[in-house]
Amino acid sequence: MKIIVCVSHVPDTATKINLGADGKSIDNNGVTFVVNPYDEYAIEEALKTKESLGEGEVIAISVGPEVNKETIKKALAMGVDRGILLKDENPRDSLAVAKALADEIKQEGAELVFFGKQSVDYDNSVVGQMTAELLGFNSVSVVVDFKLDGTNIVAEREIEGGREVVETSLPAIITAQKGLNEPRYASLKGIMAAKKKPIDEKPAAEAKSYVEVVEMKRPAPKAAGKIVGSDASAVPELVRLLREEAKVI
Amino acid sequence: MSPFKGVDYFNIEALLSEEEKMVRDSVRNFVDDQILPIIEKNYQNGTFPAELVQKLAELGVFGITLPEKYGCANMNNVAYGLAMQELERGDSGVRSFASVQSSLVMYPIFEFGSEEQKDFWLPKLAAGEKIGCFGLTEPDFGSNPGGMVTKAKKVADGYLLNGAKMWITNGTIADIAVVWAKLEGKVRGFLVEKGTKGFSAPEMKGKHSLRASITSELILQDVVIPEENILPKTDGLKSALMCLNQARYGIAWGVVGSMMAVYDSALNYAQSRVQFSKPIAAYQMTQEKLVFILNEITKAQLLNFHLAKLKDNNEIKHYHISLAKRNNCEKALEAARIAREILGANGILDEYPIMRHSANLESVKTYEGTHEMHTLIIGEHITGFAGYD
Ligand SMILES: Cc1cc2nc3c(=O)[nH]c(=O)nc-3n(C[C@H](O)[C@H](O)[C@H](O)COP(=O)(O)OP(=O)(O)OC[C@H]3O[C@@H](n4cnc5c(N)ncnc54)[C@H](O)[C@@H]3O)c2cc1C
Repeated sequence: MKIIVCVSHVPDTATKINLGADGKSIDNNGVTFVVNPYDEYAIEEALKTKESLGEGEVIAISVGPEVNKETIKKALAMGVDRGILLKDENPRDSLAVAKALADEIKQEGAELVFFGKQSVDYDNSVVGQMTAELLGFNSVSVVVDFKLDGTNIVAEREIEGGREVVETSLPAIITAQKGLNEPRYASLKGIMAAKKKPIDEKPAAEAKSYVEVVEMKRPAPKAAGKIVGSDASAVPELVRLLREEAKVI
Repeated sequence: MSPFKGVDYFNIEALLSEEEKMVRDSVRNFVDDQILPIIEKNYQNGTFPAELVQKLAELGVFGITLPEKYGCANMNNVAYGLAMQELERGDSGVRSFASVQSSLVMYPIFEFGSEEQKDFWLPKLAAGEKIGCFGLTEPDFGSNPGGMVTKAKKVADGYLLNGAKMWITNGTIADIAVVWAKLEGKVRGFLVEKGTKGFSAPEMKGKHSLRASITSELILQDVVIPEENILPKTDGLKSALMCLNQARYGIAWGVVGSMMAVYDSALNYAQSRVQFSKPIAAYQMTQEKLVFILNEITKAQLLNFHLAKLKDNNEIKHYHISLAKRNNCEKALEAARIAREILGANGILDEYPIMRHSANLESVKTYEGTHEMHTLIIGEHITGFAGYD
């Protein structure tokens, strides 16, 4: 079976982000980029699925500029068989990314596609579901447990305060949540093997972006805190301030 | 705590290939997830975390530079060095395990073994199915291994070994021991399998250093090993020293990992610990200490990087490795002691990695040739006079 995993290349959550000169983008200088952490669960699940089937091919696809190859290579080092970069040096909104992916998934003829539940750069959490919609695939999001039996799928998804079990069938898109599995490390042998694996590069299918970033701003700096007192006698004053000044209770 | 980001003051990152960076990051993440959460407990209990062996094998850190056909990664010496550096940021004991398995067991089998020995042992050692140890040092012969008294004698069904080894990393848990012994007066290497009659490997207790690593005696009492267990291409003490060169190279890189760990810990602590009116990082004497450590890390990194290039180009000499091992171990130990000072009393607690690294580095500075012996090796090379006999 052909399994696709869609991966994005995002700033490391631990790096300090500065705004770009245009006020609409981030300054990439000094920013380390990593595989989107949720995509690592998606990659692992794709590899595990292939391994449990005992046959098949896992393909990693990324939409974006040339540098996204770094993330594709990481996926190859983890064990993915080949990569595809759908190249676009310009930023796209979620729908335009989904359109490029849907177009490629259709051409590849894959019926099982894994995504991370969200990309930690823009946090829109929609590309997987949009791609499913464009392709007419079933989709299950925020998945923490996945089982494939023939063409039937039983997936557990995280919902407010619990878990929901969903039954569906191929063709399907699954978006991965933390807890789905333990992503493997890229082994040294895997890293060497990745050097020989192909990354196909082609222009991403044309698609209009409907969402435009107008401005990026830093969150307002936090105001200094106020210490009301240090023992029980301060409680009434604290409650009064929380109610009247902060208006949170 | 946020994940470790490395220490790279001179943008050495720019000198690394994409694969080398991936190796570093993969091993770094492994250390964060798999080693750091369990190491203090093992250290305190004086136990080796055996559950790591399989995981380290899957990661691929045994025999990094050896060919694919033995299940190895066939990588260059930068990758090998970076892997050792990252592992030792976790703990010198874990790095020691990997060094012994790779440089002192797989390497001699690869370099001096028969085709049958290579085909049989290397894949199992790479996969962590078998563990090895290296027996050179004896109770009475440490810096002077050429004086060894362990003897081999040709007998009808193979070789008869008699003698004792001491300070042998992994000895008690090893399936296979590379034992150095004199056959007709010449030092040769032999493979002694666990369970062979007359062979035992009791653990040495009471260490205050490398507590998460097993150190053992090897006792050989009328041990008969089959004919095919001699390493056929070993030819005198120089064969054993060739193995040590591999391991020393890994140590020169490894201790930079220890330095990074203590630097990271001391810098974070200094920035948040307030005494008098300011964080202690704001005082000049603390800054001098931090700068010293950073400076030594940076010098050692550049030294190692060039050493790797010499090794990859087959231009490396044993005295190059001696210089790097000597310098880096000494500076790492100094760095650990200085980092401990920055943390004051907290520096001695197991909540911080510093005291563990500091104690470990006492062994690392001693094994694989003491500081003094490396001084004598370099001294002999530059003056033409041997300072030892
Ligand atoms: C934790 C640990 C693990 C080890 N693992 C292994 C292992 O796996 N396999 C193995 O074979 N060995 C191993 N060793 C042994 C190690 O290699 C030896 O301890 C080392 O070579 C030094 O020998 P020694 O301890 O007998 O010290 P000695 O040789 O007795 O030296 C004592 C001191 O005298 C100095 N000295 C000696 N000769 C001279 C001289 N000519 N001039 C000036 N100074 C001199 C030394 O530098 C040192 O300071 C290990 C040691 C330790 C601590």
